[in-house]
Amino acid sequence: MKPFRYERAGGVASACSKAARPAAKFIAGGTNLIDLMKLQIETPAHLVDINALPLRGIEETPEQGLRIGTLVTNSALAADMRVRRRYPLLSQAILAGASGQLRNKATTGGNLLQRTRCPYFYDTTKPCNKRVPGSGCAALAGLNRTNAVLGVSDNCIATHPSDMAVAMTALDARVETVASDGATRTIPIDALYRPPGDTRHIETVLAPGELIRSVVLPPPPAGRQLYRKVRDRASYAFALVSVAIIVAHDSNRVQGARAAFGGLAYKPWRSTDAEATLADAALTRASYDAAGTAALKDARGYGHNDFKLLLARRTLRAALADVTGTI
Amino acid sequence: MDDFLKPQVIGTRRSFLKTTGAATLAFVSPPLLNETAAETAPMQSEHVWLRINGRAYALDLDPRTTLLDALREHLALTGTKKGCDQGQCGACTVIVNGQRINSCLTLAVMHADDEITTIEGLANGDDLHPMQAAFVRHDGLQCGYCTPGQICSAVAVLTEHKVGWPSYATADVASAPALTDAEIAERMSGNICRCSAYPNIVAAIREVAEGGRS
Repeated sequence: MKPFRYERAGGVASACSKAARPAAKFIAGGTNLIDLMKLQIETPAHLVDINALPLRGIEETPEQGLRIGTLVTNSALAADMRVRRRYPLLSQAILAGASGQLRNKATTGGNLLQRTRCPYFYDTTKPCNKRVPGSGCAALAGLNRTNAVLGVSDNCIATHPSDMAVAMTALDARVETVASDGATRTIPIDALYRPPGDTRHIETVLAPGELIRSVVLPPPPAGRQLYRKVRDRASYAFALVSVAIIVAHDSNRVQGARAAFGGLAYKPWRSTDAEATLADAALTRASYDAAGTAALKDARGYGHNDFKLLLARRTLRAALADVTGTI
Repeated sequence: MDDFLKPQVIGTRRSFLKTTGAATLAFVSPPLLNETAAETAPMQSEHVWLRINGRAYALDLDPRTTLLDALREHLALTGTKKGCDQGQCGACTVIVNGQRINSCLTLAVMHADDEITTIEGLANGDDLHPMQAAFVRHDGLQCGYCTPGQICSAVAVLTEHKVGWPSYATADVASAPALTDAEIAERMSGNICRCSAYPNIVAAIREVAEGGRS
């Protein structure tokens, strides 16, 4: 680990101004950051510990949603009875990720901002545009079975590894931030992540020193919720493909549907194409397959990850069948 | 028990090295010699009190020191094991404020106000903690390296279950699930056992969950 100066932030304003300095980073749970610091992939000069900030609560919003403080741990969020009853999708997604030990440390904001698990991001002997801008992407022609198939570019085919964020994307969560000048803003979660461009090392729209203060869940939409994850092990593994769906239906037809995928793109991938295909669709296998085809129509495999195109369609179909109790 | 295993207040890595002799010193020195002084020299030394197993320890630490390294290298609490050092194996599991965490992925200086329990803190003198006794009874180990982490994790799993936390194995996340073998396996998935003593580990945890010797 490179040396750094460790500082505890006593308030939100001082945390943001400390973190706005060059090479400064916030630390909350630290489960991802410390791992990357040991590998010298992350080399902050200043580490701003925000654990003392009063951002650890979950409160009701006037619109009957929930506001989740950025320091709420993944465990606490998944175990909150309001989340379990009204947003079971979110509990399921969180519990599908990491291990009990990690969820006890990992925080809400940190989970959203975790870095990719692309093996070439971790392998410091290989080119990686995220790690060393302009060095190239070793995953394009490498062992890329875990990499992205949607929203890709020839600069980067890394995926975002979060399960929690996939559920939050299906729930239309909003990210509330405060900047180092005190300005606050609300960012739809789908707009938090920057698409692969020429600056793959800059992964979000957040400015230096801008702190995620909370995540707001709007009231849950009508319909049944489900998170389905496919991975190499039965537990404690990142998703090859996951899907978060919310489906309202009567006995014959879908009334409204939302679908977001994990493991396919640089961000949780909300598929408005799948949602449009499902609107008023019959509760049949053909409908579910059509939704999957629509969701993956712009997908592109890179060899080892070609299987994800089929696996994503099948995962969506299985999730739709499960949540609607059909086929 | 030997004095070495019962540290009082140990100041620095240097004083620990003095107490542990040349073999340890020789082991830790080479990496230091291979890097430049600028890379290895701490930018600051942070004074921190750690409360571990009901006892307070004063330490001056390079802020890079993980909680795991503080326990093992500075306090000689070597029951907590370093396996992967990247949060994948669970050998370093300790209980902080009642919750299990990977001590390898957290900085010691971030735990100044916390109550830390390690494997050394579970037994009451010579009386083993019920979970330790159950692991012995069920032969829940072979080489034993992962065992301190397994036991700390298992103790915390029972607390998590008691307060009604669901898991990925819980069909209805709004319910308070029974602690089935599937639930135990899922909740313990952050602790890897290369000897694959899993069936006996699950049996030991099940026994304690059910209230004692079966």
